[in-house]
Amino acid sequence: MSKNTKVVGHDAVRIDMEEKITGAALYTDDLPFGPNLLHMSVLASPHAHAEILNIDTSEAEKFPGVMAVATGKDYPQKFGLYLQDKSILPVDRVRYVGEQVAVVIARTKEIADEGCKLIKVDYKILEPILDVRDALKEDAVLIHPDLGDYQVIPWINPQPGTNISHIRKIRKGDVEKGFEEADFILEDEYHVPHVVHACIETHISVARYDYTKRLTMWNSTQSPHTQRHIMANALGIPHKDIRIIAPYVGGGFGGKAGISMEALTVACQKVPGYPVKLRWSRKEEFLNSSQRQELRATVKMGVTKEGKITALRHIMHWDVGASAEYGNNVVNATGFSATGPYYIPNVSIDSVGVYTNHPPCAAYRGFGYSEFHFGIESHMDRIAKAIGIDPVEFRRINAIKTDDEVAYKCHMNPSGMLECIDKVAQAIEWGKEEVSDDPDIVIAKGFASAWKAPAMPPNAGSSVFIKFSEDGSINVLVSGMEIGQGLHTAVAKFASEILTVPLNKIRVELPDTDRNPYEWQTVASHETWELGNATIRAARDARAKIFDVVSRAFHLEKESLYLEDGKVKDDLDPDFALPFEDFVITGIQTEFNTWVGGPIMGIGSFIPEFTNAMVDPDTGMGGHPNVHYTVGAGAVKIELNKKTGVVRVVKMAEGFDCGKAINPDLVKDQIVGGFIQGLGTALYEVCIFDDKGKMLNTNFTDYKIPTILEMPDEMIPIIVEVPQPDGPFGARGMSEHTMIPVMPAVANAIANAIGLRIKDIPLTAEKVALRPLQKDFVAEK
Amino acid sequence: MVREIEFTLNGYHQKVSVKPGEKLLDVLRDKLGITSAKYGCGKGECGACTVNLDGKTVRSCLMYAVEADGSVIETLEGFQRLGKKEIQEIYQKHNAFQCGFCAPGFILSTDELLSQNPDPDEEEIKEALAGNLCRCTGYKNIFSAVKEMVEIRKGRES
Ligand code: FES
Ligand code: FES
Repeated sequence: MSKNTKVVGHDAVRIDMEEKITGAALYTDDLPFGPNLLHMSVLASPHAHAEILNIDTSEAEKFPGVMAVATGKDYPQKFGLYLQDKSILPVDRVRYVGEQVAVVIARTKEIADEGCKLIKVDYKILEPILDVRDALKEDAVLIHPDLGDYQVIPWINPQPGTNISHIRKIRKGDVEKGFEEADFILEDEYHVPHVVHACIETHISVARYDYTKRLTMWNSTQSPHTQRHIMANALGIPHKDIRIIAPYVGGGFGGKAGISMEALTVACQKVPGYPVKLRWSRKEEFLNSSQRQELRATVKMGVTKEGKITALRHIMHWDVGASAEYGNNVVNATGFSATGPYYIPNVSIDSVGVYTNHPPCAAYRGFGYSEFHFGIESHMDRIAKAIGIDPVEFRRINAIKTDDEVAYKCHMNPSGMLECIDKVAQAIEWGKEEVSDDPDIVIAKGFASAWKAPAMPPNAGSSVFIKFSEDGSINVLVSGMEIGQGLHTAVAKFASEILTVPLNKIRVELPDTDRNPYEWQTVASHETWELGNATIRAARDARAKIFDVVSRAFHLEKESLYLEDGKVKDDLDPDFALPFEDFVITGIQTEFNTWVGGPIMGIGSFIPEFTNAMVDPDTGMGGHPNVHYTVGAGAVKIELNKKTGVVRVVKMAEGFDCGKAINPDLVKDQIVGGFIQGLGTALYEVCIFDDKGKMLNTNFTDYKIPTILEMPDEMIPIIVEVPQPDGPFGARGMSEHTMIPVMPAVANAIANAIGLRIKDIPLTAEKVALRPLQKDFVAEK
Repeated sequence: MVREIEFTLNGYHQKVSVKPGEKLLDVLRDKLGITSAKYGCGKGECGACTVNLDGKTVRSCLMYAVEADGSVIETLEGFQRLGKKEIQEIYQKHNAFQCGFCAPGFILSTDELLSQNPDPDEEEIKEALAGNLCRCTGYKNIFSAVKEMVEIRKGRES
């Protein structure tokens, strides 16, 4: 159906670009709130694990300029997305360093900060648990003793009486038999530490409650409707009386999905009529938004000497931190998918979420797939070498193909896996040896494949309103968030393609839960697919209304009408051409001087009607948890300095099967951006904690993210297009995926360079320089 | 305690009262309605708060407002008035930004680079932009846009 598209599939300037380069784009902190704006500060826990014995706020309340103080006594209710294990403010226990204990609302930020210093908290310090292996011991202290009382959705399985927040198990085939059939088996452990999103805009929320009991919030968020829903349930306010306005977001990457610090500004209820602003400092952003889960994985894989994988046992222990509400879905999603993009007949997966006294963890671009691919894709290289097959060929042999059975026994959607592998291998010139003129430098290449499915509830919905104006231009109202990924440009293109309105006559409006229709959340790389489908339905709805009124007014056959260049045309009458501006608001005057029609609007909504999350908890079978997978591959060429251990990626190639690139340029931009974000996590990003659970590197000097200096000299983004039958013009999502192959590709390149197999991220210069000097070092061949 | 300072902001003369500890970023944002200079870290590490002061970029989050007394300040808001639209247009053409939060800082740093060095080589471009963090783009389009700006300027001169 996308054969002769005019807009879809062609490059365009992003529709938000002009606003962003002129400064017209407003982010939450840029909005004016007038002289009665108040500021909030947060008293943070200095302890990773402690009982709260008493909180004395009396001095703070007396401090001039302080308007209100709130503690857990004011907000005893728990909340959360998949499991309600989070406190707005804790009542009796703190569970990580940096956790909010009390908030102060004051005339200025300085006064609010002073107020916080006057709050006295008595703690009984408990031993912190900072390692999943300790948390899983029989006699471990329970971080959530009341786990059994928390509300949870039906397909999440917390284990009361333990520190386990959720388990997802897959049991397919017979793994023991699979290992017996194998000629070679490799088992090993891999570790990926906590990292952070590091959006350049920190979290920010402004909230106002008024005497009509209406709560209005301006949040930097990927999830306005989900926040409204959580807030309505937690506070007992009707949904219609909560209004969440989402201005532009300065980077999300999952960090602004769901709800985190936005729950605190609801303390504005104590000062009705005043807007109250809370903006995280960079340090607070590190500690108290959300981090990426730490993963300890054990991978056991068996293969035949011909290179066929016979069995996989994959045990993943996720450090979800002090609360798992959203992070539990990371545990869940990876449980279904931790085979990697391969057909494997016998599979056993245990994906286990484990509470610790680290900061809470939740969604981060890749949603757990980056972490488990590090182990799987490191393993793929090691096994290939051990059985004497080229690592790229080994991946080809096992690559998941269209209709292959995945781990939960559903069938794979159309898959361009082989094409991705081949094109990336070709782009990186796989197999071509290169030698540096500098004797200290080793040049090597590394490869990794990847896949990912959107992780979302089976009934996650998207909806769209399209409304015309007098001049035939349109405003598209969505609550899918433009977080930089280019979503609104894609939405505009879908509307443009079907309604034949040029892009410069289309605006796509940022979310406002009062006015824009429902959207579950902008996460999971599902929006191009799902909101795209809803947009197409809305555009078709508007088109049907246009045909209806035109056919009634002019007595024409609806079936012979079509749209072209913003006009209604008639197959049967080549001279008929009615521009939109002639009727989309006013309607059409009939021969009797009456009018038919009226303002044209289109509505469209979408949920996937074939998914089912209710699987057997012991085997993971019986459901259809994912809508589809997007597959791809990535490769790097590195220059490794043997003296300093410094690894520089000089070239990269990544290819993903996005079904149909709505905007080829923007797809490539996602590949480049995701790659560089992945490169930071591969080489040096890591949250460093002391033995009391305090994070030590909460700034960009000690927690480095890539700068322009780390950009490889050559970057080759590759688009593969095997259409998704139920996708808009065949599209499926690809933005998160681009980060996934990077850690293992670089690790594999290091192993190929000097035989050093690093199983512990990040792949720092120290590890590279020092490990080969140790006595027991055996080079991987 | 409170002191009145004066400076030129995007071509307009401004007078504003500031406290001794107040940072230029906060005065620009909260007292003068400048929103292009952003808070990203408050510690001089990210470049989101970049403004131009007397011809050089500064991190307005590190600078005390009183230090700006008597200076000439330019921010992104003044670009079109000050005839610097071209940098913006070329960045736009390259789809150089994604979330856009870092864009003002990059545009200011680029403007400084091009006004001081009309013909920077690739390393000089990277060096000039290395203090601006972008988490979204991977820098590729930012880099190619600046290279094009340099080419255009060279073409005009020859
Ligand atoms: S906010 Fe000034 S450098 Fe980051
Ligand atoms: S475009 Fe998002 S930080 Fe640069």
